[in-house]
Amino acid sequence: MTSTVSFLNTKPHLVVIGNGMVGHHFVEQMIAQGGHEAFQITVFGEESYLAYDRVHLSEYFTGKGAADLAMTDGSLYSEHGVRYFINSLVTEIDREAKQLILQNGESLSYEKLVLATGSYPFVPPIPGHKRDNTFVYRTLDDLDAIRACAKKVTRGTVVGGGLLGLEAANALKNLGLETSVVEFAPRLMPVQLDEKGGTVLKEMIEGLDVKVYTDTATKEIVDGESAFHRMNFADGSHLETDLILFSAGIRPQDALAHQSGLSVGERGGISVNNHCQTSDEDIYAIGECALWNNRIFGLVAPGYAMAKSAAGHLLADFLGHAGVTFTGADMSTKLKLLGCDVGSVGDAHAQSQGCKVFVYQDEISQSYRKMVVSEDGKKLLGAVLVGDNSYYDTLLQYYLNAIDLPEQAQALILPAMGDAPVGLGVDALPATASICSCHNVSKQDINDAVCNGALSVGDVKGVTKAATGCGGCAALLKKVVDNELLALGVEVSTDICEHFAYTRQDLYNLVKIGEIKTFNELLKTHGKGHGCEICKPAVGSILASVWNDYVLKKEHISLQDTNDRFLANMQKDGTYSIVPRIPGGEITPDRLIVLGEVAKEYGLYTKVTGGQRIDLFGATLPQLPEIWEKLIAAGFETGQAYGKSLRTVKSCVGSTWCRYGVNDSMKMAIDLENRYKGLRSPHKIKFAVSGCTRECAEAQSKDIGVIATEGGWNLYVCGNGGMKPRHGDLFAKDLDDETLVKYIDRVLMFYTKTADRLQRTSVWMDGLEGGLDYLKEVVINDKLGLCAELEASMQHVVNTFQCEWKTTLDDPEAIKTFRQFVNYEGSDNNVVFVEERDQMRPATESEKQQLIAKVG
Amino acid sequence: MTMPWKLICKQEDLVEGAGVAAMVNGEQVAIFYIPESENKVFAIGNWDPVGKANVLSRGLVAHLQAQWVVASPLYKQHFVLSSGQCLEETVQVPHWPAKLEDGNVFVAAH
Repeated sequence: MTSTVSFLNTKPHLVVIGNGMVGHHFVEQMIAQGGHEAFQITVFGEESYLAYDRVHLSEYFTGKGAADLAMTDGSLYSEHGVRYFINSLVTEIDREAKQLILQNGESLSYEKLVLATGSYPFVPPIPGHKRDNTFVYRTLDDLDAIRACAKKVTRGTVVGGGLLGLEAANALKNLGLETSVVEFAPRLMPVQLDEKGGTVLKEMIEGLDVKVYTDTATKEIVDGESAFHRMNFADGSHLETDLILFSAGIRPQDALAHQSGLSVGERGGISVNNHCQTSDEDIYAIGECALWNNRIFGLVAPGYAMAKSAAGHLLADFLGHAGVTFTGADMSTKLKLLGCDVGSVGDAHAQSQGCKVFVYQDEISQSYRKMVVSEDGKKLLGAVLVGDNSYYDTLLQYYLNAIDLPEQAQALILPAMGDAPVGLGVDALPATASICSCHNVSKQDINDAVCNGALSVGDVKGVTKAATGCGGCAALLKKVVDNELLALGVEVSTDICEHFAYTRQDLYNLVKIGEIKTFNELLKTHGKGHGCEICKPAVGSILASVWNDYVLKKEHISLQDTNDRFLANMQKDGTYSIVPRIPGGEITPDRLIVLGEVAKEYGLYTKVTGGQRIDLFGATLPQLPEIWEKLIAAGFETGQAYGKSLRTVKSCVGSTWCRYGVNDSMKMAIDLENRYKGLRSPHKIKFAVSGCTRECAEAQSKDIGVIATEGGWNLYVCGNGGMKPRHGDLFAKDLDDETLVKYIDRVLMFYTKTADRLQRTSVWMDGLEGGLDYLKEVVINDKLGLCAELEASMQHVVNTFQCEWKTTLDDPEAIKTFRQFVNYEGSDNNVVFVEERDQMRPATESEKQQLIAKVG
Repeated sequence: MTMPWKLICKQEDLVEGAGVAAMVNGEQVAIFYIPESENKVFAIGNWDPVGKANVLSRGLVAHLQAQWVVASPLYKQHFVLSSGQCLEETVQVPHWPAKLEDGNVFVAAH
């Protein structure tokens, strides 16, 4: 910038001072409404970062970097011609000349001005409050300073037991400090909670090893004896601590308003009207610096609403309407502080005239709930929740929409007993019901979006932005969308995705009949666009079911989910598990030793699974081929634990060893596992074979279950069910070996050809018209004349089986893709293990924090 | 401000229609090679801020509503390859200009 900035531009100049969450949202709103075409927009931020997510600031201590919290990297601004400057403090507004003066003396003129200067942390003027090792909790720079100090000390104290104070206490705890909280008021969270709620919260927090001092005033801070500071309290007691963090509330950042003579409130804050205009109609104020109706709103959602109304008003001429006005905002909050649920709705303190109160307190599981209702008991005025927030959404809806309470209103805060449904059906919500408070989306807005063609939660999110703020309303949003679809009688599309207007079954037939061998061929002939994570793996699976090609062939590799792509299951930290096939659970001592040796060599976590296999966890990408090379040399094969395919055939020892076994369940289990291994199916499938009706292998709970009888084998089909457990149905009795295999071939291949993607056998059979009897007709009596083809298809899969790991190890090109980095030999430094019960496991976030802090 | 182009690897080190991870100035970068896209190559951060692991390079590439995205392999959120913006959550990962020239892959480093 030159000393006087004059942009060669004919558009009026709009300057935004402040680039926090609200200031950024304002620019987003302007851009969304085309405001960058009506105005030349310039943004000034005081911090060294562009806008970042201050609501989730504490996550900066639990692994997120500045980039993760960033709300923009400037590209949105640049793309739309918005100029932005960081590290830039505006010190003066000359309203007469319509000019701004920057700290460095430069000046520039404006036509319209938006103040989004936010607030600053209030530090009580206790003697000693400016000593070293004292901090506030507001910016990334503050957090950097706290982290640096915390590395060198052991004890930390937060002054202030409000929302942010407790969050800060959690951060100190995560940094490994012995943590205390000192609150001047008689209870924690005095604004949101009543006395009992505060007491319950205090007990919960003390249970987490955080010392809580309530009703405590700090008189002075002086040199400590055993620590850096000593805090002397008004009652004569004291606390020694190394680090002090002030979190005693916020004050509006209104210095520019004072300097330039704009109207401000008695206790600060820039006065604004319903359009967020200040006493100067060319200057707006939004967010925590603005005072509306004598109130400051210290939450982000009201700030966003202000940004929206200011943007609409500024663009009134351009758009032909003035948008929405700001009419106040709800301050209800739901939070998880130090792992404790806290919720506050409306009049939590029961200050409304004539109100009545219901209270539920459970000292055993530590929870407290209060409802404040109107004098006639019909409306909810407020609520307090501590310990369990599952009641919050329903209570908030009753409150926000003034819905009549049910007759037994207390049931809304009582623990659910029996099957009685507690809560509010979305049907009962009025059209005005606010579903997403971050973006102010009502039930009506969602209804409109659905009527205009948004037929999924994803589409509605895209159109309305609902559930894209804090995300707390996502579950409610889904209910409303489903309800609207149902109400409109909309037939939900069965298309697999936007790229193929077909069901999985259609695609299967197209692939088979058209002899299509690749995804691109299918897309070219029957689809559109470029594919997505729904259709790609589904088609990958179909191609594998039909042709049984190697899944990592060049033309197939990009279709595979990460598990199939790296032939291993991704775990939460990005490492993988290794699961060799152990057919029927039978393993020789030599192979067992190999598994142990490999696990030991690579320090893998080892577990015997429910499917009678041995899983090795914690292998990194580059270790996978090395480890599999050793396993294959010892005679192991891939267990396809990563695929939607046959997992295991569980078995008892049967007539070989067991006194009661009537048939050789071991041999049958091994034969079946070897026959169907490698079959790519719509969902994963499991089998079991029991040697007698004692059912030690629990065969009836599997997709395919086989139980030995005096007369042969009983076959059960379509059990399991995953989240909705289901026993298999008896399909046929007393079968000989050959017929048993024939029937299983037909059932499995019929399922593979006709089920939807990710549809389990149980759901598939329930969806067959005629159910079990129809399946018997098709498989046993060959009603459709398909049996020969079903058997032939299965035989093709059986004949073309390959161990995918063996094929991969033989292919240097395929091995290349297992490198951790394409240009660097190091490993992923975020993969950190700790020891538990003599084995390693992934470190938790806070463990990582401490380990990294110690190393650093 | 012009950023220097940094040579990362050869085109043949990339996987068609999918991602690989690279280390650029001490930061993990996920590089995607999409021959049918206009840009051919994209570079975004490898850290999945939702799943909290360095895995975005191992996600499935999708084309949704005219944008190229990657679905995180952990919890399946979509991240736009040209901007790093997450479509489901208010999180964003960094992104860098990337280009393919004479069989070499470049990323504009900070």
